Amino acid sequence: MTDRIRVNLRDIVNNEERLVPGHRLCGGCGEPTIVRQILHAIDTPVVLSTATGCLEVSTSVFPYTSWNVPWIHSAFENAATTISGAEAAYKALKRRGNLPVDEEITFIAFGGDGASYDIGFQFISGALERGHKFLYVCLNNEAYMNTGIQRSSATPRGAHTTTSPAGEVIPGKVQWRKPFTRIMAAHDIPYVAQAAPHNYRDLMRKVKKAVAVDGPAVLNILAPCPRGWRHASDQTMAITKLAADTCYWPLYEVENGHKFTVNYKPREKQPVAEWFKTQGRFRHLFRPANEWLLEEIQAKVDEEWAQLLHDEECSS
Amino acid sequence: MSERKEAQAPELDLPWKEVSPGGVVDKPGSSVAYITGTWRSMRPLRDHDQCTQCLICWIMCPDAAIPIEDGKVKGFDYAHCKGCGICVEQCPVNIKEPHCETGEMGKVIQMVPESGDEDNADDE
Repeated sequence: MTDRIRVNLRDIVNNEERLVPGHRLCGGCGEPTIVRQILHAIDTPVVLSTATGCLEVSTSVFPYTSWNVPWIHSAFENAATTISGAEAAYKALKRRGNLPVDEEITFIAFGGDGASYDIGFQFISGALERGHKFLYVCLNNEAYMNTGIQRSSATPRGAHTTTSPAGEVIPGKVQWRKPFTRIMAAHDIPYVAQAAPHNYRDLMRKVKKAVAVDGPAVLNILAPCPRGWRHASDQTMAITKLAADTCYWPLYEVENGHKFTVNYKPREKQPVAEWFKTQGRFRHLFRPANEWLLEEIQAKVDEEWAQLLHDEECSS
Repeated sequence: MSERKEAQAPELDLPWKEVSPGGVVDKPGSSVAYITGTWRSMRPLRDHDQCTQCLICWIMCPDAAIPIEDGKVKGFDYAHCKGCGICVEQCPVNIKEPHCETGEMGKVIQMVPESGDEDNADDE
């Protein structure tokens, strides 16, 4: 909050689009908005890699591409590894005098929650440990949306997916979601943050901060999926706002693994049920038989929020 | 706007021997030549005179379908707008006069049903 980085749309509105239209992401998808916000926040040339997922398949339908910048896709699990190699290659080119030494290039890897929480998990961890100067972005839509809404370890407890169907046997996904942001922060890297696209100022400020640090940075960004979350396509931004207002998705950052800052504290913390109401994937939670689960989730969200505030207090 | 529509479409029916090794695509941003405006069932309309140019619709658009001219939003890129309605939902400006296109009160950007007989590649 003491940061002096300011985002003014008038300063960037004339920038060239780096993710151009014509991509096949669904109407109302949260991902392209997030990617545009990120790329508009960066002044330098960029090199991108993308893990398999909605963003990858929809922006690179051969022989078309929606990218106006160098972009690499190799496999599902290794977006972080691919960008590590690119970063190291540019370093070598500079060392050999094939590139101007003072030319600054920003390296970014995009992955969905499947690629980040599950399939590419160890590769991200490896890239962070090696200390490459890059930004990893998890576009978190909380399930494997690209293949038809299967549960991932980012899917929250109680959510209906096609592999955790709510019915008589289970009330949606049984397990809790993985605390990915905290696990990334536990790598003691310079910068880790959680963001959401409705608050574009906060998101873009975090991007600017992340690319300015000397070393790896990770952003975990909530990306609504109208198809998988079962909401109207125009509600995308309203829903992420509610996620922040209910403290289901706190906007916070962690510097060097220990300095916590909560960037948004809702004036009035809303019950998490308000957030669930907006999405069809949580509809079954409002049946009388599932009341206990709703209470359990609320207790968990409260606990996590209290822990976060505690961590912030301890690190100030 | 115009330069967008003229973006070079990639060659779609290359024989396999002429496809680039590794599937490398060397023309950036070619998907502009692909029209996604046909997906739309609702069409956003802007009342220019009452628009405050806050640019929020521009930063929130998933399809970069709000063209910019001299730092100001100008209409919609209907060749690519998918009609998701995020711009309408996010528009913070309540208008004081009836909307110039719909005649309704409400926001600067409003949605109307797509009639279906318009050319989706057109622009205002």
